Amino acid sequence: MFRPPPRASGYLSTGYAEDLALLRTRTERVSLAVFLILLTSFPFLASTFALDLACQVFLASIGALSLMLLTGYAGQISLGHAGLIAAGAFTTGILAREISAPFWLTLPVSALTGIVLGFIFGLPSLRLRGLYLAVSTLALHFIVIYLGGEYETKRGFSTGIVVDPPSFAGVKLTDGRAWYFVLLVAAAVSLLICINLLRSRSGRAWRALHGRETVAEAFGISIARYKLLAFVISSSMTSVAGCLFAYYRGFVSIEAFDLFLSIQYVAMIIIGGMGSLLGALLGAVFVIVFPYLIEAFLRLLPNVQKLAGDIFAVNYAAFGVVMILFLILEPLGLVGIWRRIQNYFLLWPFKYKPLAGARK
Amino acid sequence: MTPDLQLVSDNFSLQLAVNIVVLGSIYALIACGYVLIYRVSRVLNLAHGELMMLGAYLVLATASMFNGHPAIALAAAILLSLLAGGLVYISLMRKMTGEMVLAAILTTVALGILIRGVIVLIWSAQQQYPAQALGVVNPSFALFGGARISFWSAVLVATTIAVYSALFVFFYFGRWGMRMRAAGQNPLLAAQRGINLHGVYALAWSLSTLTGALAGILMALDSGLTSSMPVIGLKAFPAALVGGLDSVAGALAGALIVAGAEVLLIYYVDPLLSDVVPFLVLIAMLVVRPWGLFGTREELDRV
Repeated sequence: MFRPPPRASGYLSTGYAEDLALLRTRTERVSLAVFLILLTSFPFLASTFALDLACQVFLASIGALSLMLLTGYAGQISLGHAGLIAAGAFTTGILAREISAPFWLTLPVSALTGIVLGFIFGLPSLRLRGLYLAVSTLALHFIVIYLGGEYETKRGFSTGIVVDPPSFAGVKLTDGRAWYFVLLVAAAVSLLICINLLRSRSGRAWRALHGRETVAEAFGISIARYKLLAFVISSSMTSVAGCLFAYYRGFVSIEAFDLFLSIQYVAMIIIGGMGSLLGALLGAVFVIVFPYLIEAFLRLLPNVQKLAGDIFAVNYAAFGVVMILFLILEPLGLVGIWRRIQNYFLLWPFKYKPLAGARK
Repeated sequence: MTPDLQLVSDNFSLQLAVNIVVLGSIYALIACGYVLIYRVSRVLNLAHGELMMLGAYLVLATASMFNGHPAIALAAAILLSLLAGGLVYISLMRKMTGEMVLAAILTTVALGILIRGVIVLIWSAQQQYPAQALGVVNPSFALFGGARISFWSAVLVATTIAVYSALFVFFYFGRWGMRMRAAGQNPLLAAQRGINLHGVYALAWSLSTLTGALAGILMALDSGLTSSMPVIGLKAFPAALVGGLDSVAGALAGALIVAGAEVLLIYYVDPLLSDVVPFLVLIAMLVVRPWGLFGTREELDRV
């Protein structure tokens, strides 16, 4: 069920259209408008570096949202997300390279690859649960990466495949600002798809089978169908993100999609907060920006020259520490912190816990 | 990445058999670490590869500490990794007892990332040669029939046999081994009967890290050491699962199957397959018999 965040006063709908609306109060409309204005003006104020960072965040958000759909809502663990991104990127790279396919062809074909792979990734979930499922997705990740590596070697692109920027109506998409808006729209569309999927029949079915499969089945939900649907939708979205990634970077290489990337995506939904789309977005921002924060922090320290070569290792170690801290101290993630702050102001000046009906 | 195996030899098929045994021993020695922890506490330790690498890097530290005494240095490194395993449980995994499967797995993943980062910070990402640091050599000698095996590979095979025999004796005749089996079978009942669960779990982590470190150290002595060693640790996981995640004997069988498939496919099909064969075997096993060759079927419902 789609429930609006807790509010200080009751809010009653008087018609179905009102009940279905995504934005229901003036505050929501105003804050969304302000947010959109901020997002639109950002590329004209920010540096090239910040622009690139924002683009990376948008790309990661698509992947994180789709993983959240699968793991946070449908309860199916996947450790092979990087494999799916790689599949999308490689489909794009191969098509662009071999038959110099245009953008409007590679994007749907990437989505199709995602659908097929999602079906394959999802098949073990019909029989396996928990750890065994996680392991099977991990294995599939390695197989996809192997196939990509095989292609690179056999075709002689051992360093990677160069992908030309896509062109719309004869205009090549190379400008950072143009990319910013393309990726922003892609991320926004993914978010809308996720929101609407989750408040419809499929979303309710996923939550039911996350809760308890046997009960969900007793309610008449086809377990196999909805599990596979979750995998298929999630992985086609991820593959599209991979396709965009290939064009954005202009370069596809198997090294970019190692196991660490899969872990980063899982970290996004853990750090962001399980079972919340906002969490997926916050997690994506955090995981993408975090290494740059660490780097900026290291610059402040003395003896920079000594540490400069080890920045990668420092990032690695710090990322591990942050993940452990979140897992142990804040299992609800950034969203948990956000909600606590919300509740604090909602209840102020009291310190009561929110009512049982309010979202935790 | 595959550990260095002898390629040129007079007797090709015998050499293949020797390579399978060596690779199988490596996988078996690593895989029993996964099984030990899983069997006792139902946690999949994806940091096993990193803990194994930590043991190997500790040799570099102890080698400079006990200069000229390779045996003492090795023993010190092994002892340190035993402590490291226990410490990991006490300081970290203890808090994850009873948490979601995903949370526990991810904690070990995060721990692995942390260890890898710290190792690169301390020892850099360059290739290291603990054998040189210890001042030991690695002669390769001929077996009957013309196949060749390096000295440390032979030691590794012997160690694997010794570790598995010791584990068998420990589990079936030792007091703590029995406690570990009990804790694995029914933790609640075991705790009721006065078994210190945290002690048992900590011991499982220690032993697992110890066996992993043995594998890491011997592999590093044989063919050098880089920070990409955990890949081998991860490749040994299918061996544990093929044999059955809760069966120590199964890990040995699974290791031989995975190693056999890997060596044969590398030679006859494509060397690039090296990294993926164990996972192909894993997928095949998950399709046919997810609980493994010697595992118990209820395992699937327990997770």
